[in-house]
Amino acid sequence: MFEQILVQTVNGLVNGMVLALVASGLTLIFGIMDVVNFAHGDLVMLGGFTGAVTVAQTGNFWLGLLVAALAIAVFGALLQVTTLRPLIGRDPLTTIIATFGVSLVLQKYALWQFGPTARNIPQPIPGQFELFYLQYPWYRLGAAVMAGAIIGGLYLFLKYGKYGIWIRATTQDRIMASAMGIPVPLVHTGVFAIGSAMAAASGVLFAPLASVTQTMGAEFTLRAFSVVVVGGMGNLGGSILAALFISLLEAYASLVVSPSQAVIVSFVVLILTLLFRPTGLFVPTPK
Amino acid sequence: MSSRTGTGFWIGFVVVVAALAVVPLGLPEFWRKFLTEILIWGLLAMSSDILIGYTGMVSFGHSAFFGLGLYGAAAALLVMRSPNLWVALAVGLGAASLVAVFVAYFATRLRDIYFAISTFVFSQIFYVIIFTWTDVTGGENGLYFTQPPFTIPGIFSARFSTVSLHWFVLAVVALSYLALRRITQSPFGMVLQSIRENEPRTRAIGYHVERYKIVAVLLSGLFAGLSGTLYAIQHRFAAPDFVFFTVSGEVVIFNVMGGMGTLVGPLVGAATFLLLREGLSRFWTEYYLIPLGITFILMVIFMPQGLLGFWKRRLNQ
Repeated sequence: MFEQILVQTVNGLVNGMVLALVASGLTLIFGIMDVVNFAHGDLVMLGGFTGAVTVAQTGNFWLGLLVAALAIAVFGALLQVTTLRPLIGRDPLTTIIATFGVSLVLQKYALWQFGPTARNIPQPIPGQFELFYLQYPWYRLGAAVMAGAIIGGLYLFLKYGKYGIWIRATTQDRIMASAMGIPVPLVHTGVFAIGSAMAAASGVLFAPLASVTQTMGAEFTLRAFSVVVVGGMGNLGGSILAALFISLLEAYASLVVSPSQAVIVSFVVLILTLLFRPTGLFVPTPK
Repeated sequence: MSSRTGTGFWIGFVVVVAALAVVPLGLPEFWRKFLTEILIWGLLAMSSDILIGYTGMVSFGHSAFFGLGLYGAAAALLVMRSPNLWVALAVGLGAASLVAVFVAYFATRLRDIYFAISTFVFSQIFYVIIFTWTDVTGGENGLYFTQPPFTIPGIFSARFSTVSLHWFVLAVVALSYLALRRITQSPFGMVLQSIRENEPRTRAIGYHVERYKIVAVLLSGLFAGLSGTLYAIQHRFAAPDFVFFTVSGEVVIFNVMGGMGTLVGPLVGAATFLLLREGLSRFWTEYYLIPLGITFILMVIFMPQGLLGFWKRRLNQ
């Protein structure tokens, strides 16, 4: 039993890091433009498919990761310009409704383009190591480390990069940033592109762990929503902790109930958070 | 304001209802059933309009109310030895209102996107429960049952034909429309609209905003449950797909397409959506959602009032 708990801890941390990568894109987009992106999970799915196709063609996982991230970043930028830019200044609820429409279209587009069969990407890091009673693939740890590296890169970019400082300035005060000469509409588009690229990257990292199907988007959206709300909307550090927290809880819960029921645990955490601490669990109490 | 409801409205109402009652007689079987289905989804759309259009709370969880109405009626029809229409309706409504109490209690403390997300999550919780509790709900396979006959206790009993079922559904939907219209035009409905326009000010005037919201969710859930029971009676099966959030999303689409805050608009939106789906899926089979979704996005951007939005003032008079 004790060993099972430890194995589930490792599982929870690995899933949590991939989820954190999805959620940090979502929270970045929300924090900067008040857009609740219902299609975020579908960007994960499209990224997974793009990666799978590239890997199948070239046999190179890293190329697949790169191509998926770039392609979905361009796609995200186009999406932002065509659907979300006209909605700036309207109720944030309108953006949920519009991106819900986007999600429907993307899901069926993926079905049309990639077919109903699940796609797989072989694990790029071979080998396994012994974790108590089972052979644990190195790739799972590798995926967690890579997700962490991408999030770390984002953090450094936001903290020190010139454009990162533009992004943070826009988050703090859109009008003031614009007055200081920052091209706010471009920052919005850029942030959406970065968020989309991160979604795509997590799709590719996730693909060898399970497989890519065109319906996986909704589940990712829902889980990323939970994480972002529990971590505090728009708060990057909080989202990462929340992703780990929720994934660990789900991993432990699946020791007792079936994995499809374990999802309820994260819903319950989400609702309790919304009721008792709507600013988020892992943020300092606002003054 | 309701006392000034003009004769113009009643003439229009009677003409539309009469037309909807007569038209199916001349339609082939398929389109007759289709029209009945439009009315059922239209009722669901109208029920959500109380929240989305009138109170300004976008619910992404109406599939929970609809689904519980559906499964409630299914349970009643399966358990009873001789299926009774009115008992099925009552059980369906009871189940839906139980869920509505639960959702209302928690979700109304939240606003805007947080309300939307929490309703979404609640509906997913019920979906997971229904999907995994195979012994009771049949899980993925759903439940199949027989259609109850139409009865007036002690007087009359007859099996539904497609036409009489249509009339029954039409009567329920028309009465629900009148009830919903009366509610939205009552002082209570006015408070809901003032919550939509300016919640802090409504609170400052002295209204207990949370109580109004709770009642709004309850009413909305009740009528959504009613449409679920009607669906059960028409289709004789219940499946977890109807509790899945895509149904909730479609309800939001009905509202946006038809025009939020008009009651008639969402019904027209439902009709438009279902007709477009029927038409488009003949050319694009399951990919009909691509052109339909693009149409929907364009409407959100360029036509946020929806099809009947320009009539909002007149429809609410």
